[in-house]
Amino acid sequence: MTTLLELHNIIVQAGKITILNVPELAVNKGEVLVLLGPNGAGKSTLLQVAAGLIKPISGSVLFSTYKKLSDLNFRRKVSTVFQSPLLLNDTIEKNIASGLKFRGLHNEEINQRVQFWMEQLHILPIAKRHAKILSGGEAQRVSLARAFCLETELILMDEPFSALDNPTRQGLLDDLRNIFTRTNQTCIYVTHDLEEALSIGDRVAVLLNGKIHQLSQTQEVFSHPSTPEVAAFMGVDNIIPGSVFGLENNMLQIQADHAIFEAVGNIAIGTQVYICLRPEDITLFNDNQEIKPSSARNHVSCQITQIINQGPFMRVQLQSGFSLTALVTSRSVKEMELEVGKTVLAVFKASAIHLISSGKIRT
Amino acid sequence: MQNLLDGILKAFELLFQGDPEVVRITLLSLEVSGMATLISLILGLPLGTFLALVKFPTRRFWISIINTGMALPPVVVGLVVCIFLWRNGPLGFMHLIYTPAAIVIAQVLIAFPMAAGLTLSALQQLDPKLRIQLLGLGASKIQMVLTLWKEAKLPLIAALIAAFGSVISEVGASMMVGGNLLGSTRVLTTAIVLETSKGLFASAIALSIILLLIAFLVNLGLTSIQQRRH
Repeated sequence: MTTLLELHNIIVQAGKITILNVPELAVNKGEVLVLLGPNGAGKSTLLQVAAGLIKPISGSVLFSTYKKLSDLNFRRKVSTVFQSPLLLNDTIEKNIASGLKFRGLHNEEINQRVQFWMEQLHILPIAKRHAKILSGGEAQRVSLARAFCLETELILMDEPFSALDNPTRQGLLDDLRNIFTRTNQTCIYVTHDLEEALSIGDRVAVLLNGKIHQLSQTQEVFSHPSTPEVAAFMGVDNIIPGSVFGLENNMLQIQADHAIFEAVGNIAIGTQVYICLRPEDITLFNDNQEIKPSSARNHVSCQITQIINQGPFMRVQLQSGFSLTALVTSRSVKEMELEVGKTVLAVFKASAIHLISSGKIRT
Repeated sequence: MQNLLDGILKAFELLFQGDPEVVRITLLSLEVSGMATLISLILGLPLGTFLALVKFPTRRFWISIINTGMALPPVVVGLVVCIFLWRNGPLGFMHLIYTPAAIVIAQVLIAFPMAAGLTLSALQQLDPKLRIQLLGLGASKIQMVLTLWKEAKLPLIAALIAAFGSVISEVGASMMVGGNLLGSTRVLTTAIVLETSKGLFASAIALSIILLLIAFLVNLGLTSIQQRRH
């Protein structure tokens, strides 16, 4: 894998507060690297540093293939798409051509590229329309065409679809994925949306409080978060501190409060761990219900404290000395007559547990 | 009332006859105020842009100075320019007092803060992220500023209209630094004052109609540019 862009020892401060601290980050050629994190994590700042739009107080941003570039030439090696399309008071065509005109290209080439990218993004029929009368989705298509037509080696996208309604967003994501596949375009894509990150990213860097907590292949970040903070951001609602007290045939026994969990792994006895369990991996049974023999080794008796309606699913909050959250279909809630105060059995597989070692050994 | 009607009739007579003195006064007014507006724009546009886009420690102080300058009374400007250009004044050696150049200087001092202040507010009305987007599209600093000016075209032309309007219509400073000398520094506004003080209402009305006509035509031209495609 060839590296396209390298960031070293980047520190950005706002006043005296450090808002970004990234010792190393490399973007590989042809990949979509997603910067994922909550609002205020420093994602957009990092993107603007990579675009040469913010000067860090220390550190460097380098293209692997170019030794030294002036500020302007660096900025012309990348193109950016922001959350707001920020179109000029002109026609769609002229908006798309703006970056090419800044670069002083010939009209013939400008027209050729503009036509091509308008076609790719399905906006050719509205080419002559004024930018100020476009819908949100159309305006963002123009913004994408404006960036792609520059044909830069690196495209930077800062939450480009977060202001759009879901169907429009899905349509644009599909088109974007197709373009990435066809063109092998390198992209840094900022989002706070897990679904978006999963669907578009090759690798994901999870940014929390200005620091990269985890950088891995997309699926790896989702299935094996490296810290409790990353796990919490990844939608792992159940993070329970515990301690390993038994290990046999790659099967761990973990004590958490009064309960004992079984999980797959190989961690030294005495290690303090966080038990991470996705709510969708928990199955609920009524207390008196017969449980068919299965590979689910963990059974925890809990009391329901809250049931939250989420449309087709219900989020059931449970208490058993520690809190647990299960995601159950609305139909099951009705059939099982689940209600606040009822005692149920939470059942889950040993393989559903992901363990994060705290690094501490209990003495 | 009869005076007014007679005055209007006489005014049209003077206008259509093409009185050489009226023509000369009109041309001088256009020349002086046009030059003052141009210089104000050349100075005010970059200064307003600088104040809008660059953050530095004393920025608010300078913005306050510019905003105060927008409300400068022309007679105060006239007084200050007089003091500087007076024979014994610091710039007296330039012998500019009672010349059209002195009127231009005074009018620049009136119009320049207006051009700078309105440019500043015009650019501050644009989305601040637009600058980042333009730089992100590979614009140089100059290309970015030119694009921002184009985006702020409406309020910038309004600034031009306001600057020209303020100088073509002012009388205090022109009277004080120009002296209203026949054949040399008499402009439309100072001529109107003089003709009125002499009771020659017809001439005063004729000159007023010309002044209004100039203001209307210039604003019509600028407005048609401003409102194109709107």
